[in-house]
This record gives sequence, C-alpha cells and structure tokens, in this order.
Amino acid sequence: MAKDEAVRDLVNRLELPFNALGVDPYGISKKHLATGFSILGWMYRKYFRVHAVGVENVPKRGRAMLVGNHSGGYALDGAMVIASMMLEMEPPRLAQGMAEKFINQLPIGSLWSSRTGQFTGLPEHAERLLLDDRLLMVFPEGAKGTAKLYKERYSLVDFGTGFVRLALKTKTPIVPLGFVGGGDAVPTVMNSYALGKIMGVPYVPVTPYGVALPLPVPCEVHYGAPMVFEGSGDEDDVVIKGYVEQVKSRIAELIDAARTNRRSRLKRGGAR
Amino acid sequence: MKILIAGISGALARQVAMLLKSRGHEVMGLDRRPWRDAPEGIQVFETDLRKRAAEDVFRTRKPECVIHMATVNALTAGGDERARINVGGTRALFEHSVAHGVKHVVFVGRHTYYGASADSPLYHTEDEPPHGIGSFPELADLVAADLFAANALWREPKLCTSILRLVYTLGPSQQGTLASFLRGKRVPLVLGYDPLFQFIFESDAARAITLAAEQRVKGIYNVSGPNPVPLRMIAEQTGRTVVPVPEPLLRALLGRAGFPNLPPGALEHIKYPIVVDGRAFKKATGFTHEVDEVEALQRYRLLTGR
Repeated sequence: MAKDEAVRDLVNRLELPFNALGVDPYGISKKHLATGFSILGWMYRKYFRVHAVGVENVPKRGRAMLVGNHSGGYALDGAMVIASMMLEMEPPRLAQGMAEKFINQLPIGSLWSSRTGQFTGLPEHAERLLLDDRLLMVFPEGAKGTAKLYKERYSLVDFGTGFVRLALKTKTPIVPLGFVGGGDAVPTVMNSYALGKIMGVPYVPVTPYGVALPLPVPCEVHYGAPMVFEGSGDEDDVVIKGYVEQVKSRIAELIDAARTNRRSRLKRGGAR
Repeated sequence: MKILIAGISGALARQVAMLLKSRGHEVMGLDRRPWRDAPEGIQVFETDLRKRAAEDVFRTRKPECVIHMATVNALTAGGDERARINVGGTRALFEHSVAHGVKHVVFVGRHTYYGASADSPLYHTEDEPPHGIGSFPELADLVAADLFAANALWREPKLCTSILRLVYTLGPSQQGTLASFLRGKRVPLVLGYDPLFQFIFESDAARAITLAAEQRVKGIYNVSGPNPVPLRMIAEQTGRTVVPVPEPLLRALLGRAGFPNLPPGALEHIKYPIVVDGRAFKKATGFTHEVDEVEALQRYRLLTGR
C-alpha cells in the first residue's frame, strides 16, 4: 500500500502539536501515521466496507471519550473506529486507544503503537491525554470483550467502571458507539490460551478455517449523542455503576441499530 | 553566595561552575579527578567526598550552598564501587552539610530514577515511585541515593533540599549516557522498539541547576527541556546509521564486536521510554529551555562532525 497524497493530506490536517521533525510530544509521528492510515484506510473502505453513522456526534475539538463494544476476535473494531475518525471527520481526528499491556511488550507492536498514539491502557495515560484535549477510545470490556466467541458476538460482557470515574473527574463527554461485523470477520469457535502464552499474547482466536485472518465482511459503526455526567469521580460505586449501565444500555441500542442497518445492507448485496 | 560543587570535574559540573562564577558567585569544588585548566578563582580540592579532607573543606570554607554532582551510573563504575560512591558519597555530603552550617543542598539526580518498562507511563510526575529496578539492578544505588537525598526534606527541616531529576544531557562535552550511545557511526537499536528519549542541551541543563541553587527551591523536581524524540530519529538527525538488532542477538553481542558493554538491564532503556513532566520545576523557577530538540540535534551533529 503506497502512502497516497490523500492520506498525507489527512495527517497534515490533524490538529496535533507536531514539531519540525513531524513528531508530537507523545512521540506520535506523521510518517508512521501516513503509513498506518494507508493500510487502515484500505481496510476501512475496500476490505471491510465500513459504514459509519452519526460521526457528527463526535466533538470536532476538545477532550472526548469514545466508548464502545468489542465485537469479537481481536481489536479490529478499534482499528476501524480509529480509521473512521480519521477518514470521516472534518477536520480529521486521531482516536487514541488504550491498548492491552502485551502490545507494548512485543517487538514491532511496541514501535507502531508508540508512534501512532495507541498507548498502554494506564490510568495515567488516559487522564493525561484527556487533560491534553485528545480523543480517547475506550473499550470497557477489555480483553474479555475481544475474546467473545462467534455466538456471543452481539452480547456485552462486564464493563469496567474506571472510564466513568475518569470522565467525571476530567469533565469529559462520553460518545457511545456500537460496532458490528467484527464477529463475522473473525468467527471465533474457541480461544487458545496455551498458544497465546507461547506467543506472548493473552490468547489466539481459532476459526473454523484455522488461522484467525479476518474475512472481508462488511462492518458497521454507529456513534450516539455525547453523554455528559455531573460529578467529581469520587462517588460511591453504586452511583458510578448506574452511569456505567446507562452507557452500556445506550451501546446495546446502538449495536441493535447497527445490526438492523447492516442486515438491510447485506440484503442489498453488501455494498454501501 | 559561596557555593561548593561536589563532582566539579565532571563535564556538566564544569559548565555549572563557570556559569555560577560568571553570575558573581564564589565557586569551589571537590573531586577525585583533577580539573587541570580550571579557571582562575575556582578552587578545586582533589579529594574523595568520603575522605576526611572533604569534611575539612566544609569545615574551613563554610559553603552556603552545596551542589551534589558526584554520582555515577553503570557506564562509569561497576558493582560495589558505584554503590559506595552513590550512596556513601551522598550520605557523607548531607552529614557534612548539616554539621557545618550549609543552608541549601542541590542533589542533581537523574530521570532514570523512574526506570523503563513496558507498563510504565509517559510523563512521570515527581510523586511516582521508581519502576523496574528488578530488571535493571545496576540502577538501584542511584535510586537509593535519590530517595536518601529526598528524605533530608523531613529529616533535616532546617536544611533546604532540592532534588533534581534531570533528563539526559547532550552537548559540546559529548559525555553522558546519550552521548556514549551516539559515540559510534552506527547506533544499535532493539529491532521492533524505538523509545522516546528526552534530553536537554548542556547549556540549558547548567542554567537549570544554577536557577535551582540561586532560587533555593525546596522539594523534588523533574528537570526537562524540549519535547522527547524517538531514538531512531535522534540517531538519524545526528548523522548516524541505525542498526536494528533482534533483542536476543543484541543481548549476546553486548561488550563484544564493538558493541557497548552495557548491563543487560540497560536494554530496557533502549526499548522503553523514560519521559518526565518538568512543568513543576518550570513553574517554581521560571526556567525555560533555549535550545529546542531540533536545534540540539543539529548542533550535536555539527559538534561531532557528521
């Protein structure tokens, strides 16, 4: 995938404080973004034919937290959400995910996640990025979410609560999102934790055709209106869990809407 | 002000000494190593900080401020000797300071205090504990020296103590951790990793230390200059050729075939970044750097003739 001019232009229009060498204070590099988005852009448009609805719900500037579901296999959904923020927003925004710890331990994974702003999911990182008015991407289901099997692809597992406390503390709007298609792209029948241990990853998804390379199925992502909660982040667990449930049920609604939309797209032949 | 610099013959300490002198202070120093062309007016006592003669300097010269720049890292000294210098020397310096009426001690420590590891955050703040000592035991005595110096804040309430955690320095002396890493024409990198490195130009580092001494800022401060830069970019911008080597191979090559003789734990420092948040120091002293990261690398390239 050659770095095309269009992608270079998108990267140039990102409102991040790059220095003369094209690196921002976190080490995010224009060069790596251009290469990365050339590949992600192709996957987004051609391979998964992602259809995004409600992108206008994401604030154009200032801190915001994208909160969504994992749809199965591995974090293809995260990659496609990042691509949609870059390709469909005006001006483009860089969504910064909170990556699983193992990624930074792996060669190549460490380099590319660092240069593209996908940092390890530490509370310190999340808070600092929000205070810096970045766009944070959070999947509160964590690795349990990506480990969903094919039959569980539309379900939601337990949500962590840290994201709500952080949103309250930093006064950050939460933009809920529902993603569907990842479970069809990587139809997992089982997860091999033994193989994962050997490879230094939490698990390896196994599909009916063996290796977990994703199938070219259409995906759909729906963004909902921003949710703003009032508070300090020091509230009792009961209160926090109440907010978490609100976000979770909103995400479940968005998943349903995305499923309906996707089904009619598939009937029409899969294309947009 | 009468200022004593421990470790004055070091490359950065000399610049601090000359800057302080030019700003009208009376400067003297202690070091085991000589400073042969020390400028007139800067008296250098050639003795070890832990020796009797060093205490005599405190007793007879009665400095008001002591700047501690006599710690060493794993590149300079090994094993027990390094621990004796770092921990024993720091202890002696504080004991003599308290005994002989010193008002202010500036401990010039390192940002490597925080350690490097896969799950350590970018932009460490001063309240964070050190990370990853287990994987890099050669760092333990520097961490101990930092913590020992810092507990003078409550142990000796009458003494003003400044703990500075200074990022890597880069500049004309071509000395220091980052400079020794850039010594050769080829710079080895761990394949698949490229950590951010945070550095400050030597003249800016000297100014920061001078400000800390003059303004007598109490407390623990990270001292940083411009934004950090990926190691590969540092090497390329200073005219070096980057050679990515798979980690197991690099581990085996350390100390052989022209590769630097680093302890294995040091590899963590070329896999993962140590980046500090220096805002508290800037706020307390008004310090701003003059040489940004791009200019620093350009100047270093010219200095080293590549």
